[in-house]
Amino acid sequence: MPVAPEAPSTPSAPAARPRPLSPHLQVYRPQLTSILSITHRATGVALAAGTLLLVWWLVATATGPEQFATVQAVLGSWLGKLVLFGWTVSLFFHLANGIRHLFWDAGLGFELKTTYASGWAVVAATILLTVLAWAWGLA
Amino acid sequence: MSNNKVSMRSDLARVRGLGPAHDGVGHWWAQRLTALALVPLTLWFVASVVGLAGADHATVAEWIARPLPAVLLVLLIVATFHHAQLGVQVVIEDYVHVEGLKVGLILAVKGLSVLLAVMALFAVLRIFSWGS
Repeated sequence: MPVAPEAPSTPSAPAARPRPLSPHLQVYRPQLTSILSITHRATGVALAAGTLLLVWWLVATATGPEQFATVQAVLGSWLGKLVLFGWTVSLFFHLANGIRHLFWDAGLGFELKTTYASGWAVVAATILLTVLAWAWGLA
Repeated sequence: MSNNKVSMRSDLARVRGLGPAHDGVGHWWAQRLTALALVPLTLWFVASVVGLAGADHATVAEWIARPLPAVLLVLLIVATFHHAQLGVQVVIEDYVHVEGLKVGLILAVKGLSVLLAVMALFAVLRIFSWGS
């Protein structure tokens, strides 16, 4: 006998059938794990847009010194530096948190304590690598 | 069916093992493989670009025209655009629920990724040709 699909539970009647509900962002208390999760997605999309910079830089270099100078001038302006700073922060975060994801894919690090420890390690690595890159680049 | 649990999937679908997305674990696996490749490639690229900060056209072109940077740049470009395109596809699939719009956006992202990747590859090869 086929089992009839159960009626979807609504937030208004959780007491009738106490089951874990999909988190509704409006009532979901932000925590490190959820913040890092959405930040991974946001930085991924930002980096996808940032590939335009890579292509522009390569194509300009391949075109000639004049076009290259234009890219240098734009990226060297304060707005350009701000965009590059955002790009490095996004890259280092996505890289560090991506490695965290690869460990999860291998079935490692799912303990709640470990998840928080690796989460803070990602935050620390992002800050450290960004500071290192800019200290070295501006030196 | 010998199983007591009634499945909505046909026997053929179960044997194929491709799931509701029709591509099995192909997408998932490609995203992890490119991620793994991008760990050393991006670290190398950022370190190189930071080292080139403020350099003039001749210096940058000379660097790209060297065999090792040229090869690593080609690998970086291929892995980056493949990975980015797979990631943005998942974002679109999660948030866009109008079928036509969803498919259209995914196709646009894939097309744009191929275009940008080929432009970047062509640029690297052109600069490389100056060095020979």
